[in-house]
Amino acid sequence: MKKFMTAAVAMAMAMSLVACGGSDKETASASTSNTDSKEGATFVIGNSGPLTGGAAVYGNAVKNGIQLAVDEINAAGGINGYPVKFVCEDDEADAEKAVNAYNTLKDQGMQVMVGTTTSGACLAVCAETANDNMFQITPSGTAVKITEPENVFRMCFSDPEQGTKAAQYISENKIAQKVGVIYDSSDPYSAGVYENFAATCKEYSLEIVAAEAFTSENKTDFKTQLQKMKDSGAELVLLPFYYTEASLVLKQAKEMNFAPIFFGCDGMDGILDLPDFDKSVAEGLYLLTPFSAESTEEPTASFVKNYQEKYNDIPIQFAAGAYDSVYVVKAAMEKAGVKPDMSVSEICDAMKAVMTEIQVDGVTGKGVTFTKEGEPNKQPMAVVVENGAYKLK
Amino acid sequence: MKKMSKKNKTNLITYGMVLVFYLIMQGLMMSGHMSSLMKGLMVPLCYYMILAVSLNIVVGASGELSLGHAGFMCIGAFTGAIFAVTGGKNLPPMLEIVIAIILGALVAAVFGFLIGIPVLRLKGDYLAIVTLAFGEIIKNVVSAVFVGLDSAGFHFSLKDSMSLNLLEGGEVIINGPQGITGLPRNATFTIGIILVFIALFISLNLLNSRHGRAIMAIRDNRIAAESIGLSVSKYKMMAFVISAALAGAAGVLYSHNLSTIQATSKNFGYNQSIMILVFVVLGGIGNIRGSLIAAVVLTILPEKLRFLSDYRMLIYAIVLIAIMLLNSAPKAVQWRSQMLDRLHAKKKVKEISKNE
Repeated sequence: MKKFMTAAVAMAMAMSLVACGGSDKETASASTSNTDSKEGATFVIGNSGPLTGGAAVYGNAVKNGIQLAVDEINAAGGINGYPVKFVCEDDEADAEKAVNAYNTLKDQGMQVMVGTTTSGACLAVCAETANDNMFQITPSGTAVKITEPENVFRMCFSDPEQGTKAAQYISENKIAQKVGVIYDSSDPYSAGVYENFAATCKEYSLEIVAAEAFTSENKTDFKTQLQKMKDSGAELVLLPFYYTEASLVLKQAKEMNFAPIFFGCDGMDGILDLPDFDKSVAEGLYLLTPFSAESTEEPTASFVKNYQEKYNDIPIQFAAGAYDSVYVVKAAMEKAGVKPDMSVSEICDAMKAVMTEIQVDGVTGKGVTFTKEGEPNKQPMAVVVENGAYKLK
Repeated sequence: MKKMSKKNKTNLITYGMVLVFYLIMQGLMMSGHMSSLMKGLMVPLCYYMILAVSLNIVVGASGELSLGHAGFMCIGAFTGAIFAVTGGKNLPPMLEIVIAIILGALVAAVFGFLIGIPVLRLKGDYLAIVTLAFGEIIKNVVSAVFVGLDSAGFHFSLKDSMSLNLLEGGEVIINGPQGITGLPRNATFTIGIILVFIALFISLNLLNSRHGRAIMAIRDNRIAAESIGLSVSKYKMMAFVISAALAGAAGVLYSHNLSTIQATSKNFGYNQSIMILVFVVLGGIGNIRGSLIAAVVLTILPEKLRFLSDYRMLIYAIVLIAIMLLNSAPKAVQWRSQMLDRLHAKKKVKEISKNE
């Protein structure tokens, strides 16, 4: 009896394979039976990020965002009729560990990479994916050189784009003339945004009156930097770094009675959700972000709701970017009509070819399209903190 | 005569082990029986082996506790990387990496010498603290410096890449904390193993030479060694500089295995220095072969424990403690020798019964 069953299953498989060779209409009808008979046929999406250590908040947010999107897609019938499997490894935000994590993911059958979370690790991994011709989209790697290989795309804004967009926004809305910058010189993201901001400032007739750096080893006391900002007469202070440090800057500025306009980039998103954070110090804070958890628009509202239900946490923009990245992968896979039994390189070639044609409505932007260079076309939203809540400007 | 041959024999076993390791791994790689993870780990294994061997010269032979070894690795890595993106850009890969290794080792040796002058006047704990500080200084300076190259030559800055004032067509080489990107990945397992052999040859020959005996004599009794006319500072410096040079070579291998390097506390900070020290201590201080094995085991272990996900580092730490206890706790050593004796006894009984 058992033998008979096996033979029957084998027959069904052979039949569906034959059907695959037929016309398009037949494949569409056969693909559903295909997944029933072939258990192994799944798409494998991989991610690596810092799940432990200082940057674990971001790594886990990305992991959760991807998991949420993958679960939704599977519940809705998968991609091209095939279910999606998600594998994730810890890379400790280190280039060497990230390559090890990438190789481990490859051993687990990864076909498409949604990662990595951090820029430094991503620079090492994108050389590996380029070598293997594996499709890669990073939800949050901002360094410019990440998208140099043809197979690598990016969901977030790159460093120069953030810097330029910030300068453009400040100048066009006439927020300030004299600008001060405090940045983390040991963080590629922060230093990258600062450099590009400074480079475009002249173009928009902004004047940088002071630029002060701190490093990751010394990021609790910002009084010296703030004093210099105060002395230089800066009307606006740009804070291109993450919200944990920014919350300290805001608090210490208030203690010093220094009240310029503070302006943050996408790393600032999430500051109001910090535990024990006095929201009054963030009053009037501008931030340029592609995502706002306060938005009542779809699909953002349902994303935030589902995320909160699942992880009991308000999603930060890392999670949002990761969630969108998976849907970008889905859109590209559907457009290209790829199947799990294709090789990694074939999948990549097919997806690469259609990346410029797809358009995705995500939680970090409406109608996002991609350039051939791998950059997304989307508009950042300026958000201001008013009465302890984000308000779209 | 017999004594010499015994020493040679242990050395030959060490060389043989590395050769067998290479042949097995190469065979597995050729026949496609190796996972991507292991393939990716081959070059890292080589540089960790070299680092362990090189630190063993200072800690084992010279008896000084150095906690700044990753600093020399950092110097080698950045020297090699700078060469790779400037002078070595258009060279064939093989030639490029050989020159880079020589350059990296030389520059690290020079820094080893400069740092050695003040540091080696200290003893014990003080030396450990100062080497730790130097390691951190090197890492922090490298991550703060901006270097650019244009037709007018090299430009340096500690502020940002704009203040380099590069001419048209100039290129930023070290972009501060963002490090160097776009490196060629010229390091191969074969080059790595050759470098391991060279490191082994240098360290084993040094330890068995007249100089090596002098270094160890100073370690064992400084006053006695001085009284028979050995120059303490000269021999200490010799061990320190050779060790730094080998660490620099390992650094070059590191930078040629990744397409990007940044001086972070993860890869060149004191954690890395202590990691290398753990290789040496676990493998046995002064025992070159042991440190080779420890480097291999402790590099592969955290990767193989990935299936434990979040508990990975916890389990790794427990394994470390267990190995440490098994290796050197008096009770464990006693138990081990008992087991060995029993094994030998059984063998003997068997042999006797066979002969009968």
